[in-house]
Amino acid sequence: MHPNSIGILMIAAALLGAVIRGSIPYMFVSLGECLTEKSGRINLGMEGILLMSAMTAFAISQRSGSPWLGALAAAIVGGLLGLLHAGLTELPGVNDIAAGIAMVVFGSGLAFFFGKQFVAPMAPQLPVLEFGAWTSNPALRAALRISPLFFLGIVTAFALHYAFQYTRWGLHIRAVGDAPEAARSMGISTRQYRVIATTIGATLAGIGGSHLTLYFPGIWSEGISGGQGLMAVALVIFARWSPLRCLAVSLFFGGAQALGPLFQSLGFTGFYQLFNASPYVLTLVLMIASCSQSRKLAGMPGALGGKG
Amino acid sequence: MNHTAIIPSRKSLESVAVPAMAFLVSMALFGGFCVLWGAPFWSVFGSIYRAGFGSWYSWQNSLLRAAPLMLCGLCTALPARAGIITVGNEGAFVMGGLAAAAAGLSTQSAPAWISLLAMAAAGGFAGGVWIAVAAGLQHYRGVNAVISSLLLNYIAIALMLQLVEGPMRDPASLNFPATHPILESHQLGHLFNSRVHMGLVFGVVASLLAWFLLERTVWGMKVKVVGGNPRTARLVGLPLGAVILTASFIGGACAGLAGMVEVAAVHGRASHAIAAGYGYVGILVAFLSRQSPLRILIVSLVLGAVIASGGSLQRDLDLPDATIAVFEGITFLLILASETLYGRFEFFRVTNDAP
Amino acid sequence: MTKSHLLSRRKFITSLTAAGTAIALLKPSLVKAAEPPLVMGFLYGGPKNDLGYNQAHAEGKQSVMALPFVRAVEEANVLETVSVEESMRNMIHQDGARAIFATSYGYLDPFVLRIARENPNTQFFHCGGFYREGIDPPNIGIYFGFIDEVEYLAGLTAGLMSRTGRLGFVAAKPIPQVLRNINSFMLGARSVNPSASMKVIFTGDWVLPVREAEAASSLADQGVDVLTGHTGSPRVIVQVAERRGIWATGYQFNQSVVAPHRFLTGAEWSWGVVYKRYAQMIHDGKSVTNGTIPRRMAGTLKDQFCRLSPFGSAVTPDVRNKVAHAQQQLLSSSQAIYQGPLRDNTGKVVVPAGKTISIEDPVLDRMNWLLEGIEGNVRGL
Repeated sequence: MHPNSIGILMIAAALLGAVIRGSIPYMFVSLGECLTEKSGRINLGMEGILLMSAMTAFAISQRSGSPWLGALAAAIVGGLLGLLHAGLTELPGVNDIAAGIAMVVFGSGLAFFFGKQFVAPMAPQLPVLEFGAWTSNPALRAALRISPLFFLGIVTAFALHYAFQYTRWGLHIRAVGDAPEAARSMGISTRQYRVIATTIGATLAGIGGSHLTLYFPGIWSEGISGGQGLMAVALVIFARWSPLRCLAVSLFFGGAQALGPLFQSLGFTGFYQLFNASPYVLTLVLMIASCSQSRKLAGMPGALGGKG
Repeated sequence: MNHTAIIPSRKSLESVAVPAMAFLVSMALFGGFCVLWGAPFWSVFGSIYRAGFGSWYSWQNSLLRAAPLMLCGLCTALPARAGIITVGNEGAFVMGGLAAAAAGLSTQSAPAWISLLAMAAAGGFAGGVWIAVAAGLQHYRGVNAVISSLLLNYIAIALMLQLVEGPMRDPASLNFPATHPILESHQLGHLFNSRVHMGLVFGVVASLLAWFLLERTVWGMKVKVVGGNPRTARLVGLPLGAVILTASFIGGACAGLAGMVEVAAVHGRASHAIAAGYGYVGILVAFLSRQSPLRILIVSLVLGAVIASGGSLQRDLDLPDATIAVFEGITFLLILASETLYGRFEFFRVTNDAP
Repeated sequence: MTKSHLLSRRKFITSLTAAGTAIALLKPSLVKAAEPPLVMGFLYGGPKNDLGYNQAHAEGKQSVMALPFVRAVEEANVLETVSVEESMRNMIHQDGARAIFATSYGYLDPFVLRIARENPNTQFFHCGGFYREGIDPPNIGIYFGFIDEVEYLAGLTAGLMSRTGRLGFVAAKPIPQVLRNINSFMLGARSVNPSASMKVIFTGDWVLPVREAEAASSLADQGVDVLTGHTGSPRVIVQVAERRGIWATGYQFNQSVVAPHRFLTGAEWSWGVVYKRYAQMIHDGKSVTNGTIPRRMAGTLKDQFCRLSPFGSAVTPDVRNKVAHAQQQLLSSSQAIYQGPLRDNTGKVVVPAGKTISIEDPVLDRMNWLLEGIEGNVRGL
């Protein structure tokens, strides 16, 4: 094969691989954020949670030798930070946007501090599931080497969807997020539901963080998240607070961040800095397109952004 | 809500005492954190104090770092007073620096003061537009300004890198892509004989001016009504959009001006190095100051000193370079949590006849 | 390695149980020894444990501390703005540093220039860059290594090990220093496999782990079977190679630890040699200001400024011998890397037939081309 002739199959396989490995952090963070926002709270601190849990996953995996323990620790640390956020925002007079920004500063500060001390060059990585044994195409085979977290993410999306639609707990969360006054009059504790939703949401984000250091790219570095935690929050808005749409949009975002390098390797070498920024531009454009001032966004929890 | 009349003097005492308390508690927590790391409690603060305020020498260091923080703090604070939270300070800073470099390079033949004026105007304008876009998107289109302005940060940096490595590149900047240098005579000077550059004057003047605009003008009153109660603002027929856009533009212009100072007083040209994270610290400054321009002056100075001490903590106590980030995080959380304490202390209020 | 690992592990547990005193015992560095005469200050642009550029310098600083007359202070993550000026001032005024080593490229202009003017009795040494005679203050020295010689050997190893002859290079920015490494790597590979080809992807900045990993994966998808890179630390790129079952060569620092099966070799710095040499000269009373220390210390492979990483286990004895032979030729100067005729990838002749460019020739510092057979765009436009 001539080096210049790149098959369609190769491009498809490359994109498939990029989508699968790149979407996982978006999936977990956006699902976690979706749950949080359904309860009427915004957690903008996901970036800090992602960084801290990514660092924790790496450090624990490296110390204990067990990547699963690392992922578990990441989930726990994520949950604890979520609990902190929830506790802060439940205080009267504390704005949840400000609390989120504080969590970014706090989470990243802790992550960088501990990351200096404990982190070795390598940590045992999460195992992968091989689905590509049938093909001889190395690109496709690599694309089909899939992290179990990918499936866990899909299962979580469907589970959340089911919970919101069909379970008492899910209905209560929605009630708390849409009409807190009504929920309270029904005897539902808005505080309890919001704390639980925010904590579980951050726990999910923590799992997403472990993917960064324990699978792809699989190292700890201060630049590891590159704003993914914040983009995932944006993602929830144009997924219109639906777990299944979060899943779909996450796949799209995962692919988008591979576009810059892919364009270059296909020979579109001009304006590489701008091409590399394409995920951010794309997010902004999609947000502008999917928002509107005149009518309330379909699916947007009623109490979001207020202090219901 | 019970009916309480708050005596102004005690109220303003409260607004000093509460954050001061939170700050003291966060210092204690941070000290404890460092002790866990094997650094003696008092040496940590000794080190911070010496590096930040110990002598005129260290004061200059703190003031140098405080200058851009004042301007970047205003970038979040002014739109916030009009009810729009933005975190696009870094993007506005970078765009301001880039525009200032372009203006400085195209006015090489003009007298220095004209060139500097052009740079300041260009920097301020670019930063102002950058934040006004984010605010406008929220007001007219319902796009969350926190997120859009954050994305605009990444986009600004990419745009700057592309221009600095491409059309605006000085071919002589071989391994360090940068624009042509601005004439030495057209650069911003220093204050008296110190190391502190004119950026400090810009920061102080801008903060005072912002305070004046907010507290002493009709426009400022409108901003506060729009930010405090948009429904009332609409009822009394205030032009919400115009108020929000002007507040955001002025805020962004401050960060853009900080970018101009970074180019005109520190680097002498634009390169990737101007994106040094001042904008992000500015967000912290704005929230720690509760979006008040006068408090921004003080918070910037304290934070400037803390940042100035980062090197000493590394060299004297062998603490990692991220120690300061931990301090910032703890302080931010506690100051934020302290917001809930307002109005809770008997001392700070005098109760009228209870209803 | 294992020992320090255990130590830090213990530190971890004790700190979790809040036993502060136990920690203090584990931190002997807090207790300062009697002041030795020569204080050297080191500044790094990023974290010290990046397994790349900054760690290579920090390791150099570590090894200079072995000299009995040296005390070294350091600061990491020092940004290329007023921060670096203030850090240098503090090192001079508070720690009494007599020599400053500014390791990040952007420190030089205007920061080192400014502080050097302010402190004429302190010597400043900057890693890389160009000194302007008559314009810049006299107390500044420049040091750098011609690591492209080592990249040539790494490329040669890659060319011998590659089955497909297709190589992938992930680079930060299309600047001369990076282009030199890309082209030298290619020439090394071509010297043993004339039909070798290469693809280059630029990520846009020095530390972007996710984008570097995406770029490396994308190259792997297109069938390259050797990956390498020039970023702050190509550790992610090396790690992707390990996972994809293709070869990798490292850069800046020894990255073999992240690819135990797939690491071939790499081009790494040995700044310890350089820093010790400077320390000795300053200790002997020499100075760059009066010319007793050379203005520019730019070392080749022969000067041991840089070295080839130890071969990975997969590299066969036959390949090792061939690389050793080529290294010998470079050391004896009987072989130059840039020998005409060479064309760039737009077909233009960049080195005419019969012409040889020495590795130390400044013309190479203005390189703005990629050799034919390399897919990539140097202009970024």
